[in-house]
Amino acid sequence: MDGRAAVEAVFREEQGRLLASLVRRFGDLDLAEEVTADAIETALVRWPVDGIPPKPGAWLLTTARRKAVDRLRRDKAHAARLALLQVEVDRAAPAPAAEPGADLPDERLLLFFTCAHPALPSEDRIALTLRCLAGLSTPEVARALLVSTETMAKRIVRAKHKIRTARIPFRVPTPGELPGRLPGVLQVIYSIFTEGYAASSGPDLQRLDVAEEALRLARVLHRLLPAEREVAGLLALMLLVHARREARTGPDGDPVLLADQDRSRWDRTMIEEGRALVKPALTGGAPGRYAVQAAIAALHDEAADLTTTDWPQIVALYDVLLAIVPSPVVALNRAAAIAMRDGPRAGLALLDELAGEPRLRDYHPYHAARADLLARLGRRAEAATAYRRALELAGTEPERRHLRRELGSMEG
Amino acid sequence: MKYMLLINSAPTGADTADACTFEDWQVYDKSVKEAGILVDGHSLADLTTATTVRVAPDGERTVATDGPFAETREVLGGYYVIDVPDLDVALDWAARCPGARGGGSVVVRPVADFEG
Repeated sequence: MDGRAAVEAVFREEQGRLLASLVRRFGDLDLAEEVTADAIETALVRWPVDGIPPKPGAWLLTTARRKAVDRLRRDKAHAARLALLQVEVDRAAPAPAAEPGADLPDERLLLFFTCAHPALPSEDRIALTLRCLAGLSTPEVARALLVSTETMAKRIVRAKHKIRTARIPFRVPTPGELPGRLPGVLQVIYSIFTEGYAASSGPDLQRLDVAEEALRLARVLHRLLPAEREVAGLLALMLLVHARREARTGPDGDPVLLADQDRSRWDRTMIEEGRALVKPALTGGAPGRYAVQAAIAALHDEAADLTTTDWPQIVALYDVLLAIVPSPVVALNRAAAIAMRDGPRAGLALLDELAGEPRLRDYHPYHAARADLLARLGRRAEAATAYRRALELAGTEPERRHLRRELGSMEG
Repeated sequence: MKYMLLINSAPTGADTADACTFEDWQVYDKSVKEAGILVDGHSLADLTTATTVRVAPDGERTVATDGPFAETREVLGGYYVIDVPDLDVALDWAARCPGARGGGSVVVRPVADFEG
């Protein structure tokens, strides 16, 4: 590995920690980002000559802190304002000690909560989390979320302006606030994951690198909050779904339905890792939505094929999920599970009951599921109509190709 | 850090089942004062008493009343300016405000700081 690549590898691992430490110390995200970048540049010059220091994280933090102090000396008014802020920060949250083996204390939790603050628009929360915690550059965040770099740059500037001007604090919520705030953080990570898993638009169905960033974030959060069952549940859910990635698309990039997937291509190691998390996520009080979704995913991953899948158990879990998240999309998935347990007629009756739901009217999976059940009942003309509706609504080209094939077999 | 809490009354016809009482307001007002965060605050007389002034580019002044008063929209009914450490604290005070309940809302705006 050449000098620059070695330094960049260290940086990728340490960037989030470094940024979090600097934000906590100076209470200013822009300053923290600037001196993080400065410290990296210095390392890029020095390390290939001097060698990588024994504690690269601590070296970067010391260098970045010096640069921040230099900048504050040049800007006295800014320094005075920050000093005042800092008194409040230190009183609110004393710095944690570094855990053994790490050369920087991990203060990333406060960044998770600030980036996912409810006072920020949800699209800004996702962008900030990818940038500050996944360590992506603005063009990389733009690519991940399929918007132009210019749009993303504006979004990030707007979000940072609100953090600074409205003074959204950099702090970890108190235990009493945590139940209100943690779901927002989990929602951001899950949104990043689903964006990668089923791209809402564009040429590719899956963008695995985006899904893997989400997994990386969930692992960090689980390490920081090991006792939070919904964090374990979310990580489990993502592992159990991501384990099927190789089987989920055909050689041409088209989606392969669960029924037709080559289950030998599922990632057994990842399934085992996910399954091990499901139990603690479900145990100890009423389970959360992610734990229940993970349990459903685990039942699919454990089954040899569709017919031996434990459908009664899956339906029971959907009943629990529907009570936690009374959404028509959950009701749709429950109906599909009931169709597997009790036959297509029972499933179709439930889907038709949902026909009036505004959220499902333009949701292509609803029409595709309905088409599939109609086809299984031999009602080909109605199935074709439903496939046509799904085709009008589907966002990605591989999905449209798949639906066109299904439609063709109804009309043929 | 100063924040203005803009208290909007519920539009008429909104579900005001859990609307607050005069005593709720007294309790809240007292707690804001006792917390030592109050900079300023007033409630406003009803909208039928409001008058709008506009000055055209040629300097001509128009004065209008803001009627007719359908009251189907939210109407600014009063405000507080509070001085608290950060947005989280301001949001907590907004959430405790009786005006945030019964279909009303409280908008939290940081007061601009031209010295920083």
